[in-house]
This record gives sequence, structure tokens and C-alpha cells, in this order.
Amino acid sequence: MVYDNPDGVRIGLEVHVQLNKLNTKLFCGCSTEYHDDEPNTHVCPVCLGLPGSLPVINEKAVEFAMKIGLALNCEIVGQTQFHRKNYYYPDLPKGFQTTQYDYPIASRGKVVIEGEDGERVIGVTRAHMEEDPGKLQHIGSIEKSKGTFINYNRSGMTLIEIVSDPDMRSPKEARRYLDKLRSILDYLDVFNGDLEGAMRVDANVSVFGGDRVEVKNISSFKGAERALLYEIMRQKNHIRRGGKIVLETRHFDEARGVTISMRTKEEEHDYRYFPEPDLVPMRVADKVPDILKTLPELPDAKRERFNIQYGIADMHARALTIQIKVANFYEEVAAEVDPKDAAVWVADILKGELNYRDTDVDAFKVSDIIEIISLVKQEKITEQSGVQIIRTILDEGGKPQDIVVSQGLLKVEDDIVAKAVEEAITESPEAVTDYLAGKEKSLNFIVGKVMQKTKGRADAREAREKVLARINK
Amino acid sequence: MTAWTDISGIKQRIAASSAEEVTASYLETIEKSRINGFTTVWDKALEVARGIDKDGNSGLLAGVPIAIKENISTTGLSTTCSSKILQGYVPPYDAHVIEKLKAAGAVILGKTNMDEFAMGTSTESSCYGPTLNPWDTGRVPGGSSGGSAAVVAAGEVPLSLGSDTGGSVRCPAAFCGVVGLKPTYGAVSRYGLISYANSLEQIGPMATTVTDIAILMDVIGGYDHRDSTSINRKNTYSDALKDDVKSLKIGVPEEYLGEGIDEAVEKAVWDAIGKYEDMGASWKKVSMPHTKYALASYYIIAMSEASSNLARFDGTRYGLRVEGDNWHIMASKTRAQGFGEEVKRRILLGTYALSAGYHDKYYLKALKVRTLVKQDFDRALSDVDVLMAPTMPTPAFKIGEKIDDPLSLYLTDVNTVPINLAGVPSISVPCGFADGMPVGLQIIGKPFDENTILRAAYSFEQNTDHHTKRPAEVA
Ligand SMILES: [Zn+2]
Repeated sequence: MVYDNPDGVRIGLEVHVQLNKLNTKLFCGCSTEYHDDEPNTHVCPVCLGLPGSLPVINEKAVEFAMKIGLALNCEIVGQTQFHRKNYYYPDLPKGFQTTQYDYPIASRGKVVIEGEDGERVIGVTRAHMEEDPGKLQHIGSIEKSKGTFINYNRSGMTLIEIVSDPDMRSPKEARRYLDKLRSILDYLDVFNGDLEGAMRVDANVSVFGGDRVEVKNISSFKGAERALLYEIMRQKNHIRRGGKIVLETRHFDEARGVTISMRTKEEEHDYRYFPEPDLVPMRVADKVPDILKTLPELPDAKRERFNIQYGIADMHARALTIQIKVANFYEEVAAEVDPKDAAVWVADILKGELNYRDTDVDAFKVSDIIEIISLVKQEKITEQSGVQIIRTILDEGGKPQDIVVSQGLLKVEDDIVAKAVEEAITESPEAVTDYLAGKEKSLNFIVGKVMQKTKGRADAREAREKVLARINK
Repeated sequence: MTAWTDISGIKQRIAASSAEEVTASYLETIEKSRINGFTTVWDKALEVARGIDKDGNSGLLAGVPIAIKENISTTGLSTTCSSKILQGYVPPYDAHVIEKLKAAGAVILGKTNMDEFAMGTSTESSCYGPTLNPWDTGRVPGGSSGGSAAVVAAGEVPLSLGSDTGGSVRCPAAFCGVVGLKPTYGAVSRYGLISYANSLEQIGPMATTVTDIAILMDVIGGYDHRDSTSINRKNTYSDALKDDVKSLKIGVPEEYLGEGIDEAVEKAVWDAIGKYEDMGASWKKVSMPHTKYALASYYIIAMSEASSNLARFDGTRYGLRVEGDNWHIMASKTRAQGFGEEVKRRILLGTYALSAGYHDKYYLKALKVRTLVKQDFDRALSDVDVLMAPTMPTPAFKIGEKIDDPLSLYLTDVNTVPINLAGVPSISVPCGFADGMPVGLQIIGKPFDENTILRAAYSFEQNTDHHTKRPAEVA
């Protein structure tokens, strides 16, 4: 089935990724671990832009940026070149942002996503390095604020801005692209996506081949999907009413779920870009082969390997490879038990329970899930009990063995089941007659009685088979 | 009287008395000063000198007083670029050169006056008022490091640091009859120097003798990891101090002489070149055809960079703040009241030159001209060891004479700015008088070949007496 994109939607995304796993900022030695600290405690003359201070490039940041570029299948520039983007804003201590302009570190890459109608290649226009500004904290709401504090702890953090081609045709595809990007960055171990401001999204969207509108201030992936749904609807309605879409920048109001016009093209800044005289170009082309060697197996490659090596369903392979720690977790489990069982238990059951509790795989021990799968496999406990053990561990803690004992989950022996079947049939002559007369449902009544007598420890399917065998004898 | 003592003289005096006494005598001279060269005298100078007496210090400059230009960051000592907008700003850190000076035992006496943000040739645009030339207090000391040159010439301090973006060390050195060096771009760390035009400027030493310049360079020169444009290259500048120019080949760029050059200045320079010939050097005329475009290229690049460098002065974090209803109004008012006329002019012109639609026509073209000017130097210096020319086309002019005519002021930089565009080193040494005022001979060298120009300057000094002449009040 081919997706025909009825509204001619084209979406391009600009994603700012903060490389918060670097130890120091982009141009100074200040620590990047400021997230829990007092404002303005991770600052120095350089990131405060004090007169006379000079930037020095963080080589590790360049390496991280190259890693990202290569993971996104980009070409890497021969030597780094930084520019000044000049504009005035209180969070910008130098009155300009040091960024990359016509020589981004990486360009012309691609990312493969699950599109509306199967695999879809999204072009990556460029990925460039720049410094993060400080952060404004208004006293009260922005309109009625009595004053503003500026926290420069964030100032000078390394950002990578990843700009896509306008290749996405729906908010869903945009969301998939963002998820894929995060997955790749997660594999590269260059950032912690859970920290505030780690990934920020701006979207460009147009319909029916019209002018594009830029939507800013999107703070989450879910927000991106909502903002795009709204903006596409707004543009379609506007055109239907005879309006014309003009180049403009709009602000996404998360609380109201709408976009509001900020400025039109005519009001756009002239940033007066020019090369940063305080930084000398750094030759990076020669480093590409070495960095390629350090690239880990990326999600797509891992998923393919899982398919082949473990013989598991593609749906499972995909679910298991989104997050590197889930993939690693799975491989440890698959080494000990049947990989197909492992895939079901990790991808379907455990991940579901983790999602429900808004936690991740770190909350569960590999050895525990191996033990649970083994107990089920050896028919010592039922599948249902296995799920119950997982829930108990997540909610209350404990070890699988202990929970089996304390909750009496061991499957009961055959003769006890046989005795319960015998009793249940004797006690339910009417149900037996009804069943033999063709009322299939009557069987459930008898099986239910068996389960009652064994206090649920019998395997329901097994009990049903035994009842049938006894009646049909 | 402390006038005109060099480093070795001061060391003798310290040995005979103490660093404290030497410092005290200079402070006394400063107190009586009539030239307005110092903006701030450091209240800890005596304490530092006492510390050196007490603890001993084997540094090259142990106990030697020095003055620092108002745009070089000094911990706890106000650094305002002689601008209203930086009133009250006290840096929390030392510039690289200040760390080096302190380690070498130098005693910082205070900060010196300059054209606001180093934008000028006369030190008249300072918010602290003009500095006067010790040779004639009706005349300017040159600029922008006018304070640093004048206080050395007036005997208020033996050494000083200036900064040279388009001649700002060499011009006042010439006008005040002292020695000033603009090092090769990258030879001295700029960390802590408040930027005017980053790609052009260097911190440079000023003194009464070439020997002192070399010693000062031994202290402040060298690599600094905090300045990406500083070069990792070892050099001992004082090794150059040899009286020997026998095989020296001098080039005299014809574009640097003739039209617009004061006759007496030109004569003093030719006399100097004649002296070199007497001393065994040879000279020939060379051509530097792109010189006539250098001034325009320089001003466009310098103003463009300045328009961006000076954006940070918005009243938010330090310095002057003029309150307004919102941040943008506050920042606008602060800048409107904080910057002087010349600074505003250069910010506006620089902003214009970088604007969309004009960027290629001005900024990019200026960069291309810069490459051509550089090639002029490469070509000329492949054939000769040094170039010689007048530092300034005229002797020091009268206070107020040019201040209302910015273009005529810009034109006085014609012989100094090409050197900054090319990034090569250049020294100005006294070579005579014109109209009763000192004349400077500019000796220009190959990149990182400071030692050849220092040797040439030293030899000249050993064989002439220009450097022994001093202003009447000081003598
Ligand atoms: Zn910092």
C-alpha cells in the first residue's frame, strides 16, 4: 500500500542535541554536570563572555560531533570552521553565538525510518556544532514577569544541530524520525536524553507545495507530533478559506496546543555571520577512519543481526534494538535461554511492564528474567505466574524463588489435578450432560471448579485437557 | 628624580636600596604628573614591592615597575578600555601577560590611558580626557596606547605594555620618542586583552631601550593554550642584542615615503638609513603595490570585528547600566550613553559592512585585499631581511587638531596598518626630530623573526644618540 500524502505535507526538523556526556563545555573547562546545582556555579570568564576571554575548542566535542555525523551517514568536513552569529539577547553573554555556518562538521546524510508505507529514507541536510546560550528564568509568567534571572550554567554547552531535509509526510513520520534519531544518539553514548533540554525540536512544515512555516519552542517528541498536527490543520483551513500561507516563524504554545505567529520573513534577523577570528581551523578529515572504528553497531544493523542470529520476529528485533541497553539486556538473556522465548519475555512482557511503570530496563536484573523464563520452561510455574513475579519484583522487590514460595506459585502435581478433575466432574453432573449435548460453554464451568479446588496453581489449559479426556473416556 | 632608567639601572638601584624605595620614588613622580597618562595607580604596588624585598625573586623583572594599558585584564584592578561603558568593571582574572609579569617579579604601578576601546591615534577619545605629550603638552602622545608611551617618556615608569591593532604601540612610541614593538601575530597570548579587532591585534612592549624591549618580550612572549591563535614556538629575544648589521639587507618600500609624508620626518628616516649604510648594511627600494588599499581593508576588517566584539557590553552583567522598561531598552540606553562617538561610528560602520547585501562588497573584499597585502610583504621580505619606513607620516599633531575629522585621523595610520594586516613584526625606534618632536623609524621583519629587527634596532641604538634625548621636564 502506497501512502499518497493527500495534503502534500512536507516536514523538515531541526533538532538541537546537547552533548551533556562531554566532561567540559565546548570552549572552556567548566564542568557539564550542572543540572542539579545552584545557578551560575559552573561558569568562568569564557562562558560568561567576560571581556578579554577567548574560546578554545574542546577536541572531544569535535570527536563526538564527527561520531554523530558518521552515524547519520554524513560526509565530514575537511577542517572545522566556526562563525559568529550576531544578535542581542540577555541569555547570550557575548552578543553573538559561536556556531558553524557554511562549513558544518557533517552534511548530506540519511536516516531510515518506518514510514507510512514501509521503510523511508529521510535526508540529513547537515549537522553543525554550536554553543548553548544561558537560560532565562522569569519571575512569574513571561507576560507579567516582574523580573528575570539569568543562569549561565548552560552557557557554552556543546550543541549539535541536526537539520533534516523536508522528507517527512506526516506528524507520525516526524515522530518516528525523532525516535530513530534519539535511538542512534543513545547508541553513540554522547548524551543523556533524560536530562532537561537534552533534545529540542524546531519544525518546518508546508502543505500543497506552499511556503514553509517554522514552528519553534517544541519541548518534547509528543509535543512535536501535536504541534505538527495543529499546524497542518491550521494551514489547510487557512487555504480552504482562501488564505495564503506566508513564510513565518510560529511559537508552539504547549498548554493550549496551538501555534502563534512570532514574526514574518521581513522581520527576520540579519545575523551578520563572519568567521570567528579567535578559533583556528582544526583539521579533522584525517581522523575519520579512526572514528569510524569506534562507532558501535547501530540500531538498523543490530536489528538485522538479531533477525538472523536469533531467528526472532522482526517486530521483536525492532522493539529490542531501539535502546542499546535493552538490546544488551536481551543478548545476555538470549545467551542463557531459548532466544525466541527471551524475545517474547523481554520485548513483549518485561518492556510492557516497564513502560507501564515509566521506568527502564535498569530496574530489572538479567538473572531474574532468566530464572523466570527457566521456571516457566520447566513447567514449574505457569506463564501467568511468571508475569506476576515480574510485577512483584518491580513493585515490591524480591527474588523470583522467594516470590514463588511466598505466593505459592509452584504448579501442583498431576495427581492433585487429577483428583480435582474427578471431584469437579462428580459434583457437576448437569454440566457434563449439557456439554455432551453440545453446550461447549458448560466445560468452562467444570474447568473453573478444578481451578477453584487447586487454588489457581493448575495450568488452566492443562486442566481443560484433563477434564475433556475424562468426559470423553 | 627617576627619569629614564632602564632595567639594569633599576636593578642596580634596587640592589643599593630596595624595590620598595624604587617603587615609592616612581609613585612620587606619578603623583606630580601633568600628562594624565595613568588612569589608575595600583594601591597594592608598594605591598608587592615589599614582598619582593622580603621573599627575594630571581625573575627577569624582579622589583621593576611597569604600567599596563587600560584594556589588559588585571585581577582586582579596574580595566575599562577608557570607556564609560566599563565603569566599575574589575576583572576577576589576570591576562596571560599579567600572570607572566607577576611571575617575573614585575611591580605593576597602574593602568594607562588610551583611546576608547583602542579606537584612535591620539588618546583623545578617552573618557578620562586626553593624555598629553611630555615633549609638548599641547600635542597628542599618539594612540591608542598613548598613556603607555607618555608615562615611559615622562620617566613615570621604565616599562609599559600597550596593544597594537593598527599601529597603537608604534604610533605613540614614535610620537613620544620611545621604543615600541608590535610582535608577530601569535607571538604573545591575547588572553585577557579586551578585543577590538581580534585578527589584527597583539600586546606589545614599550620602553626606553631596545634591550628592555627584548627582556620584556622574553617575559611575556610564548605559547598559551588559552589563546588558540598563539603559536607554540620558543625564542629568546635577548639573544638578538648584538651590534652587527654588516650583512643586513634593508628594503625601503617606496609607497611608504613621498606623498603625505612630512619633509623633516622623511629626512630623519633617510638619515637613519644612511647611518645603517655607514654601519655596513645595504639598502634598496622595494615596491609594495597594494599598500594604497591597505587602509580601507584594515578599517573594514577592524570595524566589522569590533561591531561583534563590542556587542557584549549591554549593561546586563558588568559595567554601566542605564535602566529601561525592558531589557532591549535598557541595553540600547546603556550603549547609547556608554559608548563615545568614535566607538559608535565604528560599530555602525562595521555592522553595515557585515550586513546582508553588503557583506561581499565590503567585508569579503577587504579580506581579499588583506591577502594581497600579505603577499606584498612575502615578496618584499623574500629579497631583503627587513623593511624600513617612517612609523608615522608626521610628528605628533596638536590636541584637538584632528579629532573632529575622523578621516584625517585614519589617514595617519597609513604606514602602520599594513603590518597588522600581514601579521608581521615591527618595531619603532627614535631616529631624530621634526618640528622639535621625536620621529620614529619603523623596522619591519619576517613573521616570527623579531630577532632580526631587534638586532637592527639595537645596533642603531648603539651607534646613535637619539634614544638619549628626553623631554625638557624629564632631563
Ligand atoms: Zn566556562
